[in-house]
Amino acid sequence: MQLTLTVNGTARTFDGDPAMPLLWYLRDGLALTGAKFGCGTGVCGACTVHIDGSPARACTTPMKSAAGKTVVTIEGLDAAHPVKQAWQEINVPQCGYCQTGQIMSAAALLASTPKPDDEDIDAALRGNICRCGTYQRIRDAVKKAAGVTA
Amino acid sequence: MNTVIIPVSRRGFLKGLVSAGAFVLGARVLPLEALAAAQASTAPWEPSVYLALEPDGRVLIIAHRSEMGTGIRTVLPTIVADELDADWDRVEIVQALGDKKYGSQNTDGSCSIRDFYVAMREAGATARLMLERAAAAQWNVPASECRVQLHTVGHQASGRSAEFGALVTAASALPMPAKEELRFKQPSEYRYIGKNVPIIDLEDLCNGRGTFGMDAVVPGMVYATIERPPVLGATLKSHQDAAALKVAGVEQTVVLETTGYPVGMKMLGGVAVIARDTWSAIRGRQALKVEWDLGPHASYDTAAFKKTLIATARQPGRVARSGGDVDAALASATRRHEATYYTPPLSHAPMEPPVAVASVKDGKAEVWAPTQNPQAVQSVVAAALGITETDVICHVTLLGGGFGRKSFPDYCAEAAVLSQKIGKPVKVVWTREDDIRHDFYHGECAMHMQGGLDAQGKPVAWLQRSVFPPIGSIFNVEEQYGGGQLNMGWTDVPFAISNFRAENGPSEAHVRIGWLRAVANVHHAFGVQSFIDELAHLAGRDPIEYWLETLGASRKLDAELKAQGYELRGLSGQPQFVPDTARLRRVVELVRDRSGWATRKTAPGHGWGFAAHRSFFSYIATVVEVRVDDDGTVHIPRVDMAVDCGLIINPDRVIAQFEGAATFGAGVAMVSALSAQGGRIREGNFHNYQVPRIHQAPLRTHVHIVETTEPPAGVGEPGVPPVAPAICNAIFAATGKRVRELPVGKVT
Repeated sequence: MQLTLTVNGTARTFDGDPAMPLLWYLRDGLALTGAKFGCGTGVCGACTVHIDGSPARACTTPMKSAAGKTVVTIEGLDAAHPVKQAWQEINVPQCGYCQTGQIMSAAALLASTPKPDDEDIDAALRGNICRCGTYQRIRDAVKKAAGVTA
Repeated sequence: MNTVIIPVSRRGFLKGLVSAGAFVLGARVLPLEALAAAQASTAPWEPSVYLALEPDGRVLIIAHRSEMGTGIRTVLPTIVADELDADWDRVEIVQALGDKKYGSQNTDGSCSIRDFYVAMREAGATARLMLERAAAAQWNVPASECRVQLHTVGHQASGRSAEFGALVTAASALPMPAKEELRFKQPSEYRYIGKNVPIIDLEDLCNGRGTFGMDAVVPGMVYATIERPPVLGATLKSHQDAAALKVAGVEQTVVLETTGYPVGMKMLGGVAVIARDTWSAIRGRQALKVEWDLGPHASYDTAAFKKTLIATARQPGRVARSGGDVDAALASATRRHEATYYTPPLSHAPMEPPVAVASVKDGKAEVWAPTQNPQAVQSVVAAALGITETDVICHVTLLGGGFGRKSFPDYCAEAAVLSQKIGKPVKVVWTREDDIRHDFYHGECAMHMQGGLDAQGKPVAWLQRSVFPPIGSIFNVEEQYGGGQLNMGWTDVPFAISNFRAENGPSEAHVRIGWLRAVANVHHAFGVQSFIDELAHLAGRDPIEYWLETLGASRKLDAELKAQGYELRGLSGQPQFVPDTARLRRVVELVRDRSGWATRKTAPGHGWGFAAHRSFFSYIATVVEVRVDDDGTVHIPRVDMAVDCGLIINPDRVIAQFEGAATFGAGVAMVSALSAQGGRIREGNFHNYQVPRIHQAPLRTHVHIVETTEPPAGVGEPGVPPVAPAICNAIFAATGKRVRELPVGKVT
């Protein structure tokens, strides 16, 4: 079965196992390694991408569900995006492995909730684990990107 | 720390990394006693840091330590660049291969700055002096009148100047200056030290361009996942791979020999499924049928084992330190108190699970891996393949977290052995379940404490017993005692209590035990810092006041520890690293004052707690504020940490480590625990092995740094130990419920 999708603005055709998670297609198939493998069960958020503008866990999204959809990965999110800029201004990353997922979740939050409060941030980002414990700076960076004071 | 700096040939060291015209400097770290011998001998020189200046003006600095989030591969090079007064924009950082020539590369034990600070400064100062001398010779002026300023040598009187690149050839021909000739910058001259130079990987990490081990790709590689023995020491009884081989993309299965004892850092063995991509390998493995002979460790059950450890802790153990007569003092004390504490096994769970790529051919191996210890990769891979260590090339990628797990290179050996067996490059991917069920665990610990107070409430007797499966058990199956782990927050308790005894009881180990961020300090600080808080409340005293009184007069502890049977050796015994209660007192007073402890509000369900702990030569005091909901949910609105970790190179990265430690410690206190039944770890992923999420982490951590000229000490680990006891002491203040077992979960 052949299916098509758009990844970072490029039309793609996939004819492998329709049950394969989008994550492995992005990583092994397209060499887009910004989405990370952390859990494989959708509980850590390291693989977060945008599908039709909404945050999604690529590790639990089978290719058949991505058919016809528009996928944006960290590589496809504008380098000048306020979230990416705020992340750098506040020096959020430690090891950095989870941060691409954190950024994609944060960018999706701001798209739907331009002025989030602490509860909004908790709700949008509680699915993204950071083992280094950078949460305080993540919170600050989201607010900075949103232009709300901490 | 003594270092010798000798110019080295490019050949064999920086081959391929620098151009033929480059001027290469290396520094070597030598123990004091080896210094004279090394200078006199003609033995091959093994440098630990390298600095290369290119004729085009670029400065190459080798990062020989692993980057797992501390910022070390940026921060160590800033020290070299500062002494050299190089332009940071023209510095390139090159990640070192694993090689003993660099000295220790084991990025573990919070020692990178401590061990290499002086060497880095000397490397930079040596190059700077030689550039000045090269310019002076060209201009026929005294070298003392030439000065480096930002990548340029200048001579003020004649107005002449030359960039580094123009002087490289001449400088490299000069004799090395003696160490006594080196001039070091004064702190007022620092360009990068003490400033917040951003990490070099920042932009890449925020754009998905950082290359972690999980991202490593080698042409022609295949992917593997491995079904490993579910119980330590289990052996393969049978396996059926017919269904696995039918999965599209699966190429073959390979049996890996299971590990004998001691397990050491060796691979565990099992059945590997080789496929053309990761997903096919995962699917194929799900279709495997494997039967195991489980062996004796199938008896491991954490509920029963906990009872065993607690029973052992209630019995006399081996005495690790003893002063005065504890038994007599307990017997004659006005009040006695005892408590037993328990902490569960923990897994590192770095966000990037273990992963490695290896390519083995013609008796040589090349490995790409997120490793804290590339030289251990060389030795473990070499042993597994039956080749020599120098025939193993280890490329160090970025690490998606380490916390101690990635200094054990078992996963690298798996990739190498598979590559050797099938003749192709292989990438071994661990799933999260593999990671949590086959870790080198932080073992559980039971601690039993007894205290005696005099009529004024002052502690006059203190007995503490600790029992935990030791790390030593992975190297010696007979080992049941804590060894060096006892010196992590147990034998070095700083209190001035005239009758004091620390003991350690024996424990078997039923899983692989390893070191996790701050190691035994984590559970020992929980026991000691909880018990002193209990005594303070028993005496009706302010916990911080009582703590400081019990700490006693300002003093260095080496003499009294030695008199009580614990002699500080090696680095720990050097005067600048001997435990100093004045430094401990200073951080306690600082956190007390900065947190607003004296004017803290008290309300039902609202409480403040305190703990302080010295580890990795750093002194940390913590105040935590908690709010406990009616349903027992604990919130942590604020943490204050006062930190004396010696001289600081990059304050922002230090603050970040302590912010992270507050969260890591909150996980230890509140949510993280493993359990085992039938010898198998029951948890497998983040839904049941919990680590803190954003809503569970401290909302705000304030880090207060002591400005000091003491030598650099640990940063990555020492923030963790005082956090859990401070949280639990705060919970007691808020609710009257004393936590003696972790994790808290909800207060019930």
